This record gives sequence, C-alpha cells and structure tokens, in this order.
Amino acid sequence: MATAMENLYRRRRLTNVVALSLSLAATAFGLFWLTWILWTAFVKGLAAMNLALFTQMTPPPGSDGGLLNAFFGSATMSLLAIVIGAPIGIAAGTYLAEYARKRAIGETIRFVNDILLSAPSIVLGLFVYTMVVRTTGHFSALAGALALALIVIPVVVRTTDEMLQLVPAAMREAALSLGVPQWKMTMQVLYRSAAPGILTGVLLGLARISGETAPLLFTALNNQYWNADLSKPMASVPVVIFQYAMSPYDSWHSLAWAGAFMVTVFVLLLSLVTRAVLLRKKVAHD
Amino acid sequence: MLIVNDSTPIATNTSGAAIAPVAPKLVTRDLKFHYGDYLALKNINMQVAERKVTAIIGPSGCGKSTLLRIFNRIYSIYPKQRAEGEVLLDGENVLDPRYSLNRLRSKVGMVFQKPVPFPMSIYDNISYAIRHYEKLTRAEMDKRVEQALRQAALWNEAKDKLKQNALGLSGGQQQRLCIARAIALKPEVILFDEPTSALDPIATGKIEQLIEELKDQYTIAIVTHNMQQAARVSDLTAFMYLGEMIEFDTTSKIFTAPNDRRTQDYITGRFG
Repeated sequence: MATAMENLYRRRRLTNVVALSLSLAATAFGLFWLTWILWTAFVKGLAAMNLALFTQMTPPPGSDGGLLNAFFGSATMSLLAIVIGAPIGIAAGTYLAEYARKRAIGETIRFVNDILLSAPSIVLGLFVYTMVVRTTGHFSALAGALALALIVIPVVVRTTDEMLQLVPAAMREAALSLGVPQWKMTMQVLYRSAAPGILTGVLLGLARISGETAPLLFTALNNQYWNADLSKPMASVPVVIFQYAMSPYDSWHSLAWAGAFMVTVFVLLLSLVTRAVLLRKKVAHD
Repeated sequence: MLIVNDSTPIATNTSGAAIAPVAPKLVTRDLKFHYGDYLALKNINMQVAERKVTAIIGPSGCGKSTLLRIFNRIYSIYPKQRAEGEVLLDGENVLDPRYSLNRLRSKVGMVFQKPVPFPMSIYDNISYAIRHYEKLTRAEMDKRVEQALRQAALWNEAKDKLKQNALGLSGGQQQRLCIARAIALKPEVILFDEPTSALDPIATGKIEQLIEELKDQYTIAIVTHNMQQAARVSDLTAFMYLGEMIEFDTTSKIFTAPNDRRTQDYITGRFG
C-alpha cells in the first residue's frame, strides 16, 4: 500500500521534472534568439550612432548622411495614423462593448475585426495602393498614414472592447441608477475607468506601426530628401532600413543599423510606458 | 413598535390588516418577473411604507434582489429581463414605458452590494449626478456636496480630501460615499441591495446607524440576508421564498410570531 503510493509519487515527480525541463528548454531557445537579435541591433546600432543621424538627410549612394527625413516621415505618418485610427477604433470598440454586447451583429463585427487584426500588413498596403495611390495617381504620405491607420484600427477596437467589458457591471448599474443616460455614463464613467487600458491599446497600435515596412512600400514609397508635404512621397525609417540594408554600401549599412536600433529602442520605451500605465491602474484599484 | 391608526391610506400586511400608520410609498400589484423563460417572481403584492425601513429577507435565489431591482427599473438594461404587473410610486405605475426613467431614477436612488465609487474625486463622485439634473453655481454645488457627505456621515473623514480619488477610501467609506451620491439627488426612496455584505462589522454598524437616521427623510427598502440586520434596522419585513412573497408584516411580528410555517423555519435558521 505504502510502496504503491510511493511509486505513484515518484512517477509524478519524474513527470514534473521532465515537463519542467522541456518548458525551460523552450524558453531558453526562444530567449536565445531574441537576445541575439537585440544584442546585434544594439551593438551595431550604437556603433553607428552620431549626431549627423539626427541632423542630415539620407545620403546618396556611397556618401555619409543621416536619417532626419526618415525619422520625421515615420513620426508624421505614425502620428497621423493614430489620429485617424484611434478615434475610429475607440468608437467602434465602444459600440461592441456597450451597445452590441451579446448580439449577433456584435459577434460578427468582432469576428471580422479579428480577421483584420491578423491580416498581413502587405495586403492592407495593397488595398490602400489600389484605393488611394492608383486613384490619385501618385504615392503620398497621406496614403502611408491611411495604410498604417488600417493596422491601428483593429488593435484599438479589440483593446477598447475588452477593456470596457472588464469594467464591472456594478459600475454601469450605479451610474445608470442615478438617472444618467447611457452615453453620458459611457463617456464620463466607463472611459475613466477603462482609460489606462484604452491608452495601452493606442500605444500598442503605435508600437505595431512604427516598424511596419510593407504597407508603406506601396503607399508612401520613400523620399531621399526632406519632405513635409503629405501629398508627396515621404521617407520612413523601416523603408529606409529595407532599402539600405540591401545595398552594397557600408555607409548605408551602418545607417540601416542605426535606424533599426532607434526603432527597437522606441518600441521598447513604448512598451515600458504601457506597462507603467497599466501598473498605475492596478495600484489605484488595490 | 408601530401603532396602527385609522388615517387612510395605510400600509397593510399580506393578510390585508393595517400595519403602519403611514401611506405606502411603493405598492406592487401582481408583480411577475422573467429572466428569459425563467419566472423569478410570482405575483408579488407588497408595499414599502413611507419614511419607514422595509426589509426584504429570504434565502439566496428567492428573488429579493430581483424585486428591489424592479423598483428603479435597473433590470431594464439587460435585454432578456422583463417585469409584468404594476409598481405604483405615489399611485403612478413606474413600469409604464411612458414613465420616464430619468424621473424615476431621480426619485428612487440605489445603493449596491459592492461599493462602486466612480474613478474620480470624492467631490466629483457626488457632483457628477447633480450636474445632470441641476445647473448650480460653484458655491451652491459645494454646499450640496457638503450636505450630502454630512448626511452620509462621511464629511468629517472626507472634508480634507475632497479632490482626492475616491478609490483611496476604505470599503466602508466608499459605501457611505455611494449613499451620499444617492442622497445628493434628493430622492424620495433609497433602495439598499445588501449594502453591508462586503463590509466589516464596524463599517456595517456605521451603515446601519446611517439607515436609522435616513428614515426620517427617506423611504427605505433594504435587501439583506443577514436576519439580525433586518431585525435591527427595519420597521417592516417581507419574507420571500422561491419567488413568492410568503409573509409581509411588522418586523416584530415577523421575528416573534410569524403566521407562516416557512417564515418561522427561516428565521429560526432551519433552512436558508
């Protein structure tokens, strides 16, 4: 009796050791490549850091320069994409969570949104290419921003929907029982409660598009010179990285590394900010 | 003890005898309630007497919270819930779709089981709803907020941190804030849905004392599964079981000489 139990116990411990080892190995395997990628980006990127990066335009083949126009282009198009995408995403997410909850239409939209969420970004780029670039007849920063906005929207819809659903029903009942109409309750009580989560969604959207190359190739194209005109092609860091990394010139290579480093650091900082925002919410609730 | 007098109309018990010397503020007539296909309340006839505390007791799932949630029609935010029959507030049927929700909810306030302060300052928690109904100057609003907090016995603890986030208050304070928020709208009826079940005994004592004080001005209905609490705070008690109103009478009658066997079993702890 006792030995049977001991045997069982021993077998379970063995299973536990095997399962634990396998999952540790999987984690180590994943982390290894991730660290390697980050390490390479940091070492090569830091080596390519200099002031010219932020003061000069992208250079012609073989000569030195910076990435100022690409940084400006990325910032402009990403921000514009957020300005276009975030309000639409928040409004649609609110509709799903507050007005279409548990209704067939809501479930359908949620399903379609999830498809959009995982759609390859190159498809979105081609879509904007057909709709905007072909009809206007030329590549433009605006088309780039629109393609990025199409990536932002489903991310923000999803997070807004989920964050609003996390607000306890009691909060809605408490507000409505004061006689406040639903739209006012949503705007003034629910949004406050879900604000850190919704903001997180917007930041995640921003992080996602700041490294996107494919949708910009077909829309904003690239520009070797300074351009602040939204109706003209505009440079962006990912596209410049793409172009320069494939080139045979050493100076272009180092610029590509510098760009990759900057994008990585930006995304890293964004996720830190996101975590800080969420953490503050948690503390406030405890 | 309540003394019955002859002035009409007066609140009556389940057998139709007069039990309170005051007009019934809320009267339900053949009230039924459906959660989808499930009939949760069967022909409820009861009254909530004006400026008295009416307790609704009964085992879990008996429909006591459901009944309370009909009084301000809060159930109506859920598409599959439906009430049938009449709930008369001062003689007007509030279940009539023509009875404006805005008007109903300004007259009938509600305090929930879990304290739910809004994620804003203590001051804004109270001024928020007032602003929806009235245009007040800054000074008037300050006065109203203070008045509500004083009535809810929270002023002394909160007066130095009115601008701070209400989520920083303790559970008991949060619940008194929710009471203050309801009072601030100057309602006529306040519904309490197990208001102390998430609170410690000291905070519970404070809320009970508060309810005692509030009944001078407000009509109060309270759902509780704590029988001692019902005995302590209420003047009238309704006992519900399996969606039916078994017995409704003065609290002393229910707790000392109930008519129905099931009431007796419940209050002596034989089930529930």
